Amino acid sequence: MSVLPILFIGLGGMVMLLAGVFARRDHSFAITAAAIIVLALAGRLVFIAPTGVVLHGLVVTNGFTRFADILVFLGAIGALAISITYNKRVGIGQFEYPVLVLFAVVGMIVLIGANDLLSLYVGFEIQSLALYVLAAFARGSLRSSEAGLKYFVLGALSSGLLLYGISLVYGFAGTTSFGGIAQAFSGDHAAMIGSSLGLVFVLVGLAFKISAAPFHMWTPDVYEGAPTAVTAFFATAPKVAVMALLVRVLLGPFGGMLIHWQALVEILAAASMIVGAIGGMRQNNIKRLMGYSAIGQMGYVLMGLAAGDAAAVRGVLIYLAIYVVMSLGVFGCIVAMSRKGRPVERIEDLAGMAAEDPRYALALAIFMWGLAGIPPLAGFFSKLYVFLAAIRAGLDGLAVIGIVTSLIAAVYYLRVIKVMYFDRGEPGFDARTVGMNAVIYASAAATALFILMPAPITEASTYAAHALMSAGF
Amino acid sequence: MITLIAAAPILSLLIWLPVLGAVIIFATGDASEASARSVRWVAFWTSLVELILALGLLAAFDSQRTGFQFVEKLAWLPHAGVSYHLGVDGISLLFVVMSALLTPIAIVASWREQRRVRAYMAAFLLLEALTIGMFESLDFLLFYVFFEGVLLPMYLIIGVWGGEQRVRAALRFFLFTLAGSLPMLLALVWMWHHAGTTDMVTLMHTSIPAAVQDWLFIAFLLAFGVKAAVWPLHSWLPDAYGEAPVAGTVMLAAVLSKMGSYGFLRFSLPMLPQATLYFAPLMLALGVIAIIYLSFAAFAQTDMKRMIAYSSAAHMGMIVVGIFTLTVEGIEGALFQMISHGLVIAALFLCVGVLLARGQSRLLEHLGGLAVRMPIFATFLMIFVLANVGLPGTSGFVGEVLILAGAIKVNFWLALLAGSGMVLSVMFMLVLVRRVLFDQSRSSVVLAPPDVGAGEWLMLAPLAVLVLVLGIHPDALTIPFDRAVHGLVQQTGGALAMKADLHHRMLAMVTR
Repeated sequence: MSVLPILFIGLGGMVMLLAGVFARRDHSFAITAAAIIVLALAGRLVFIAPTGVVLHGLVVTNGFTRFADILVFLGAIGALAISITYNKRVGIGQFEYPVLVLFAVVGMIVLIGANDLLSLYVGFEIQSLALYVLAAFARGSLRSSEAGLKYFVLGALSSGLLLYGISLVYGFAGTTSFGGIAQAFSGDHAAMIGSSLGLVFVLVGLAFKISAAPFHMWTPDVYEGAPTAVTAFFATAPKVAVMALLVRVLLGPFGGMLIHWQALVEILAAASMIVGAIGGMRQNNIKRLMGYSAIGQMGYVLMGLAAGDAAAVRGVLIYLAIYVVMSLGVFGCIVAMSRKGRPVERIEDLAGMAAEDPRYALALAIFMWGLAGIPPLAGFFSKLYVFLAAIRAGLDGLAVIGIVTSLIAAVYYLRVIKVMYFDRGEPGFDARTVGMNAVIYASAAATALFILMPAPITEASTYAAHALMSAGF
Repeated sequence: MITLIAAAPILSLLIWLPVLGAVIIFATGDASEASARSVRWVAFWTSLVELILALGLLAAFDSQRTGFQFVEKLAWLPHAGVSYHLGVDGISLLFVVMSALLTPIAIVASWREQRRVRAYMAAFLLLEALTIGMFESLDFLLFYVFFEGVLLPMYLIIGVWGGEQRVRAALRFFLFTLAGSLPMLLALVWMWHHAGTTDMVTLMHTSIPAAVQDWLFIAFLLAFGVKAAVWPLHSWLPDAYGEAPVAGTVMLAAVLSKMGSYGFLRFSLPMLPQATLYFAPLMLALGVIAIIYLSFAAFAQTDMKRMIAYSSAAHMGMIVVGIFTLTVEGIEGALFQMISHGLVIAALFLCVGVLLARGQSRLLEHLGGLAVRMPIFATFLMIFVLANVGLPGTSGFVGEVLILAGAIKVNFWLALLAGSGMVLSVMFMLVLVRRVLFDQSRSSVVLAPPDVGAGEWLMLAPLAVLVLVLGIHPDALTIPFDRAVHGLVQQTGGALAMKADLHHRMLAMVTR
């Protein structure tokens, strides 16, 4: 029963695929709507499915995986909602799009619940294959094909590294199950040293997917090249899934090796924060800007993770939850940037937005300030909790780097606001669709009003973190 | 009335009423002229009701009681020791009232603003809510949210409605303030981790290791120093004050700068007594440098608005000196001066606004001879200039004398140098008055500008009355905060348990 959500989404995707193939007319709208409904129902199923380990120890369900599953669904639903008419507008309105999203989500929940290095790899590949196709979904577009190819080549490399790391760990531990690995390493110092090499490869493979520096090079290109609705998906769901997995792997089977991996995660965190802050400075394309922003944001999540205790997990989960909401909102705004059906992506295209459409401008300003971590917006609280985790664990240096980089990054977030509010211009964007408006306003409201009721998210994260730490993995 | 206020959650009302006004304005208006008119009235009435509530708070406040009053406490982040905790004592009470007083005046001052009125008024109401919330917070996290949240409306106010260099000024303002307050975020997180709570009342009674206190003090110094524009953290100030619209400058100079000096009193002194003692000579030196250096800088300005801006920063130096004398006289003087400076500087910037509204230049070389053409305006300007230089009979005198009385307890030379600021400010303020009001040789751009109108009376008269009344009846202010200041000095001194030695050591450190 624990695999119910996986089966449900997988079967739903297949039914839709068949329906799409055999339908005479174009049903992409109906299929997208159906995919959203499937995901929403799956969100309910996640809570019906009992906790525990199933499939001979391959997959696990607990409070932590539930939390991450919900975030993945949220990201996917948002990305689908803003794609509804956008895809048609830019000429990629095929029904395969929602189906591929569903298959990617299947991979992600396998990944989140993986309790064995093999199911981890299977989930990783299911997700990646769907994502490769999605990146190149606008196959008539040179940029999209280029993005797809880049993502594929680098993704294949990262899969290879991951698999190599898994084989090394297997060699030293003699098992691929998370529980077995944890046991094998308890007390056996030599095996621990040996497999830390394997862990490095596993870490690198996963770092590719969350675009942590120095494995971030694909991110700006793919963000820019892929159709915006796809980028919205890339920016949210896969990041959550892989980060959740990273938390489970590092604190589960390798939890006893904290001293071996902590420095690595710290380096990844510091590098990502720095690259994200500096790289975004000179970007003119708002999607590239968001690419660098994502690199920086992942750096903060990794800073939380580096602390390596329950507070760290809580910080990571709160950060991811808020990050998903804000990213969806930003991409909702970017999707809405089009003139006469043609997307525009330069930041200057937003000039004069505040005078023409104050609600849109306010929403985008809320997201930008939120990403910059300015109170009273939700992004402040996400940063607060990872800083708390880092300071508790004595990672003062990392926290100082985080402070400096968030100051630098504030410059480019502010630039977007400056262009909208201070510069003159006539954006003249096309009317927004219901889906876009829903995503933009819902995300803006959530980002701005989080401060009034932070308890549900923080409490759920605390609960999820304790579920993870008490289960061991 | 008073019992009603004591029963109602008045502090929350004071925060949320302007927010409500801002939401109504943003949600209902459109771009038409009729809408702009009603938006102005909604904003004005909101801020006026807010002022009435704040005056009710003042009346209901019991100045004989120590500790915080009208306390409200609600769960906010459960299990983390963070709550929505509000309360006022004698120190914060007056700033709440001052913010509530200056917002309607700022709104009246911008009555003629035509560009994007809806967003403008909403921004001012939000600014009011955030500043008042900051002065009322008794939870460090809540305080930080308000402290930093002020950036958002102020950034837009400078950037959208400012002068020619507005974009640069807005960015500098934002980044300087953010750079200052991010270290405080680390300090906040550290104290949260250390004490397990962010409740300020608890933090005031939590002992912090001396080694850490120094770091925390530096973090607080950066955050509050940038806001209060303590030399050398003031370099954002001339741009921001010069480029912001007049009402924005009023809020910046009168209210936002006080957030910094209030922070020193609320955090640095009671929570970090050892570090405060250790750094007090440094702070006194910075204050004295600010007084003297910025006075000379003001003297060199050719632009009336920038001259007043530098004068404001120089007076903030005086306030810093008063606070870090760590004596009852000095701190009371600093508090008095904070209120007085808020009123006087606001009025002076409003006078600049009056001239700008008549198409006059801000440049001193283009002004002159207005005493004959605008006698009522000239009278107002004269009152505020004299209050600014600390003439007896005005509120400026009381604050400065008290500060000097505190300073002379610490060190004669300190008092002398700080006192020289009074002389210097007379120098450049009289130059200002001569150029603007009397210099007949220069002719004004507009030959016969109309004198002060009804709206301008409404802005300037209350401030003038307050400045004079407080100059004659200083106890109207000192009685509410007297107990709080005694408590503060005792706490800072008591935590050190070496109060008798305190002045002696500081004397040695300053004169060495």
